[in-house]
Amino acid sequence: MKLWKRLMCICRRRSPWLFHLNAGSCNGCDIELVAALSPRYDVEQLGARLEGSPRHADILCITGPVTKNSVHAIETVYGQVFAPKAVVAIGSCPATTNVFIDSRTLDGPLARHIPVDVYVPGCPPRPDAIIQGVVHAAVILAERGKDLPPMPQSESAPQEVQP
Amino acid sequence: MNLATALARLLLFPGVLFAVPVAWFFLWVERKAVARMQGRIGPPFMQPFFDFIKLLGKETPERAGIAGTLMKLWPVVAVAAAAGAVGLLPVLPASGGFEGDLILLLALMEVPSMCIIAAGFSSRSIFAEIGSVREAVLSVAYNVVFVLAILSIAAAQNTFRLEALAQRPAPLLEWFAIAAILGCLPAKLHLNPFSLPNAEQEIYSGPMTEYAGAELALWELAHGLEWVAGTGLVAALIAPHLASGAVAILLFVALCCAIVVLLSALAAATARLAIDTTVRFYWRCTLIFAVVAVSSMLFLRGRS
Repeated sequence: MKLWKRLMCICRRRSPWLFHLNAGSCNGCDIELVAALSPRYDVEQLGARLEGSPRHADILCITGPVTKNSVHAIETVYGQVFAPKAVVAIGSCPATTNVFIDSRTLDGPLARHIPVDVYVPGCPPRPDAIIQGVVHAAVILAERGKDLPPMPQSESAPQEVQP
Repeated sequence: MNLATALARLLLFPGVLFAVPVAWFFLWVERKAVARMQGRIGPPFMQPFFDFIKLLGKETPERAGIAGTLMKLWPVVAVAAAAGAVGLLPVLPASGGFEGDLILLLALMEVPSMCIIAAGFSSRSIFAEIGSVREAVLSVAYNVVFVLAILSIAAAQNTFRLEALAQRPAPLLEWFAIAAILGCLPAKLHLNPFSLPNAEQEIYSGPMTEYAGAELALWELAHGLEWVAGTGLVAALIAPHLASGAVAILLFVALCCAIVVLLSALAAATARLAIDTTVRFYWRCTLIFAVVAVSSMLFLRGRS
């Protein structure tokens, strides 16, 4: 039983499948994520693979400052990924909302909606940094197993004051 | 063939016990070959094994009703049929077999593709349904050529027994039929340029969109076993048995591996075709091959 658990831990670490979700990104980080799969960086040598369906994925890669329109999509897709799972926030936008801070079209940062495991800062981050983030997330995921981190408490939305 | 030898062939050799590691090996060879041709390093040797175990350890969704039960059933049927198809392959010389096992092999090789169509429709996802429709159209297109080519070989050799086909070297005219079979394999294995049903990113993951965890692991395994069955059939038709025992097994795997690399080169060099182009290709271009194969076989039979 212990041997099986160790084997499972190794396999989870060596086979992180990615799903990419754009939460209102400017496309800069998306291009860098694709560059990480390209011949120069080749993330497949670590066992990672970009999957078409969130059902198959282990690691959710989210780019963008979380626009109000994308909140529902983020929550749905996070629910569609089955445990064990981890979330990597790629770029400065999901971490802090970056230069779009205080915009009325945003509902960021990402950590208000789902638990984030790894932040990869940069605008955009280099592909090597993204690969390092994915590897780090794979280690977290392998150690955590099927338990999930607690969902962040949603702050009650400020009441609109009628003049 | 009695029940004991049939079970041994299905479960031990060349069935599950032999075929599963070989299936993982071929999946690795395919990914590695594509990676090398694109100037990448590619996945490590154990990657298909890691993927399989990891998928076994993932949660599987609870699904209610008949559709849920069917969705659990399809991957199991696909793996069983693909393992049965591999179990019929004449890997070793004088390994038994029976008159008509070629027909059974053809039928079993078709079952995983039927399961994929059914699985896509049972999952009720719009992307899976599009993938299933594509798979259905594709299988109607390539199977005419595939079956005609195999029939022409069987007619030329006057037998439906795989063992007998594997013992003789292929005569020159039979190569038309083998070329037609090789032309159908990319469609059967969902490779570029005919990777329409599972078109990654285009329609999410096609019929597999709603599958996760252990069920997806079984689909991956069924795909690997289909690789072994498809390339093994071609290998059995191309090369006669030269050696016996372990050397014969090694030669068989090496020949299959060469076919895998050939198909991967095609996959790496091409982009996905649209469904109408694919269907036109099979009905117009490869059908000529199959007709030439059948007519040349009839010619051969008439002369002898």
